[in-house]
Amino acid sequence: MKELLSGNEAIARGAYEAGAGFAAAYPGTPSTEILENFARYPKVTAQWSPNEKVALEAGIGASLAGVRTLVAMKHVGVNVAADPLFTFAYTGVNAGLVLVSADDPGMHSSQNEQDNRHYARAAKVPMLEPSDSAEARDMTALAFQMSEDFDTPVMLRSTTRISHSKGLLDLKEGGGPAEIKEYRKDPKKYVMIPAFGRLRHLEVLKRLEKLKDYAETTPLNRVEKGSDGGKIGVVTSGVVYQYVKEALPQVSILKLGMPFPFPEERVKAFAASVEKLYVVEELEPFLEGYMRSLGLKVEGKSLFPLFGEIDANMIAEKILGTPLYKKLEPGDYDPAEIPMRPPVLCPGCSHRGAFYVVKKLKLITTGDIGCYTLSCLPPLQAMDTCICMGASISSAVGMVRANPALADKVVAVIGDSTFFHSGLTGIVDSVYNKAPLTVLILDNRITAMTGHQHHPGTGRTLQGEETVALDIVDVVKGLGVKRVVEVDPFDTKGMEKVLKEELAAPETSVVVARRPCALLKKKPDPPFACDPELCIDCGICMRLGCPAISQGDGHVQVDAALCTGCTLCGQICPKGALKEAGETHE
Amino acid sequence: MNNQEVTSILLVGVGGQGMILASKILAQVAIERGLDVKLSEIHGMAQRGGSVVTQVRLGPAVNSPLVEKGQAEFIMASEQLEAWRWLPFLKKGGTVVLSTQTINPMPVIIGSQKYPQNIAQRVEKAAGRSIAMNAFKMAVAAGQPRAANVVLLGALLREMGIGEEEGLAALTAVIPERFLEENRKAFASGYHFEK
Repeated sequence: MKELLSGNEAIARGAYEAGAGFAAAYPGTPSTEILENFARYPKVTAQWSPNEKVALEAGIGASLAGVRTLVAMKHVGVNVAADPLFTFAYTGVNAGLVLVSADDPGMHSSQNEQDNRHYARAAKVPMLEPSDSAEARDMTALAFQMSEDFDTPVMLRSTTRISHSKGLLDLKEGGGPAEIKEYRKDPKKYVMIPAFGRLRHLEVLKRLEKLKDYAETTPLNRVEKGSDGGKIGVVTSGVVYQYVKEALPQVSILKLGMPFPFPEERVKAFAASVEKLYVVEELEPFLEGYMRSLGLKVEGKSLFPLFGEIDANMIAEKILGTPLYKKLEPGDYDPAEIPMRPPVLCPGCSHRGAFYVVKKLKLITTGDIGCYTLSCLPPLQAMDTCICMGASISSAVGMVRANPALADKVVAVIGDSTFFHSGLTGIVDSVYNKAPLTVLILDNRITAMTGHQHHPGTGRTLQGEETVALDIVDVVKGLGVKRVVEVDPFDTKGMEKVLKEELAAPETSVVVARRPCALLKKKPDPPFACDPELCIDCGICMRLGCPAISQGDGHVQVDAALCTGCTLCGQICPKGALKEAGETHE
Repeated sequence: MNNQEVTSILLVGVGGQGMILASKILAQVAIERGLDVKLSEIHGMAQRGGSVVTQVRLGPAVNSPLVEKGQAEFIMASEQLEAWRWLPFLKKGGTVVLSTQTINPMPVIIGSQKYPQNIAQRVEKAAGRSIAMNAFKMAVAAGQPRAANVVLLGALLREMGIGEEEGLAALTAVIPERFLEENRKAFASGYHFEK
C-alpha cells in the first residue's frame, strides 16, 4: 500500500524501520514534524530537549548506551549543536546515530540560509541528501547502517522542499527499536583528552579515506544517461535533482545522494563523458568547489544564484536559454498595487499588549526568535534586533555595559521556550557582570511559532505526560536576579508602570509577562465592538495591529468572529468607544 | 485533466483557511487513479494569518513538487486578493476557481494600502476560464462555515473533469465521518455551481 508522506514523516519512518529506539530534538521549522512523527511509533523513547546541543548530547549518550538514535534540528540548530558534533565525530558511535539538518534555502521561516553541507566537511562526517520522501525514508535507514559500519555519526540534509513536500512511498513491514548493543567502557575512544583525541583524529582521517572509497561505488551516487548523446551533463543533488529532471529531461545527470565525501573519480568520469558540464546546487558552490579543485571546466555559480531557491524554469533559462513556462501577467497586473499579506500576531495574542507598551516607552528592544519577532512589522515596529536564539539578553548586556547611556532605554525581549533554550546563560552574564539590564520574558506557556510544542515550563512532555513545570520566576531568582516582577501583558497600565520602575533600577531585573497563547484558549471572551457615536476615528487602536480591528465608515469596526475579547483596544481608546459587544450602540 | 500528463494545481489562501485538507483530497483522487502525486506546502510562519500556498502535482510520474510561474493549469483561491496575487502562476488559458471572500491584510487594516478593486472581473479577463463564488456563504448554507475550501474543491474537481462520485469518494476517504454530511453538501454545492 502506497502512503503519502512528507519528507519529515518519511525520515521518522526510516528511523523506525531501521530500529531507532531513541530520538531527541528542539522544534524548528522545517524540522519539527520529524520528532513529532517518530514519537508516535510504539516502544520508542523520544524527547524535546531544551536546545539542540542538549538534544545531540542526549543522543550521544543513547548511542553509547547501545541504542540507535535520531537527532533532528533546523539548520541553525546545528550551530548550537556544533560543539558536541565536532568531537563526537572523533569518538564515533556505539549504536548508530543520525543527525538530521533541515536547511531552509529561501528563508521561508529562518533568520539565515546557511548551507549545512559545510558542517559535514568541517566535522569530517558523511552526509546524505535525499531528493524526495521515498529517498528520505531509504537514506535515513541506510544512514543508521553506515553509522555503525564506519563508526561515525551520519548527517542527513533535508531542505524545506523535502521536509514539507509529500510523495508516495511503499511502507515496509515491521520496525521498532533494535536490540540494545552492549555498553563497553573504552576511555581511549570516548574520553577526549588531548592524548586520546590525537589518536582518534588519526582514526577519523582513516575513516574518511574509507568513506571516500564508499562514495565512489555507492548507488546513492548515480549516473542517469541522457538522450542528447552526451551534449550536456549536470551534477546535482537534493531537491534540485527534481528540478533538473523537469527542466532538462534529455541530458545526462550525475545525482549525488552523498555530497560528502565527494566522489572525485566518478565526477571526473562523468565529466569526461559529456561535452558541456554544469553543476546545479542551491546556496553555496559546495560541489562546484570540489569540481574546480579537480581542474574540471564547469559552469555553476556563474549562472545560478548564491542565495534563495532554484526552480526548473530558472534551470531551463540559464542552460538552454529559453524559459520552460511563460508567466501570465495581464496589463493591469501591478505588483505594487497588491498589498503584502505578512504573518501577523493573532487576534488576542498576549504579546500585543507587551509590545504596545514597549513601543509607547520608545525603548530599544533587543529581540529574539518566536512569534513575537513579528512585532518588528508595522504598525507595532517594536523590535530593534533579532540575531539568534538567546541573543536578546546577552546582546543587551553588551549594549548597556558598553554604552551606559542606554541603560534605562534597553529592554531584552525573549519568549518562554527561547528562554529555556538559550536565555539562562544571558541572565547569568547580566547578573554576574552587574548589568543594569531589564529583561522582559513573554511567557505564553508553549512553543507557539513552530506549532505548540511543549517545553520545560509547560509541565508536559512531548507525549503530553505530566512532568515538572519549571517556573521562570523561580529559575531567574535561582540565577541570582533580585528584582523579579510578574505582570499581565493585557494590563497595559500595570505593564507600563512596572517596566518604568525596572528600567530605572540600577541592577538586573526580570519582568515576566504571563498569558497563554491565544490559540490555546478554548473559549474566547465576549467580543468587543465599536460604538460609532463615541468613536472619533483617531486611529489609536489601529496602532495595536490587531487583525480584528479595521477601518469602517467614519469609525473603526471590530470583527466579532476574530475578536477574542482581550480588552486591549478598550484600554487604549481615549473615548471609551471600544467596549464589550452589547454595551455599544451598534 | 487526463492520466497521461502531469497536472499542476495551486491552492492559495490565508493561513488558517484549511488549504491542506483540500490538497489531501486531491491527492486521494490521484492515489485512487493509481497516479503519482506530490504536494508541497509552506508552514511555520504560515499559521499566523499570512499568505499561504499549497502546490499539488499529479500524473503518471511527478518529479518536481513545485508549481512554478506560468505552469498551473488550475488555481483555487479561497480569498480573492490571493487569487490575484498568485495569478502569474497560471498557465495561459488556465482556470481559476475563486471565492469572492475578502480578508483584509495588515497593510489594508492599518490604512497604508488599498484592497484592489474588481478582482473577480480582472481574473475573469486574464484567465482562460474563471469561476467566482462566495464559497464562505455557500459553506454556511451547507451547515459548516469552515468548509469553504470543500465548496471550492467541488467546483475545481468539476473543472478538472473529475466525476462527482469520484470526488465524493476521495472526500469520504479523507474527512472524518462526523464531519462528512456537511462536507458532502458543501462539495455538492460547489460541484453544481453555475456562474
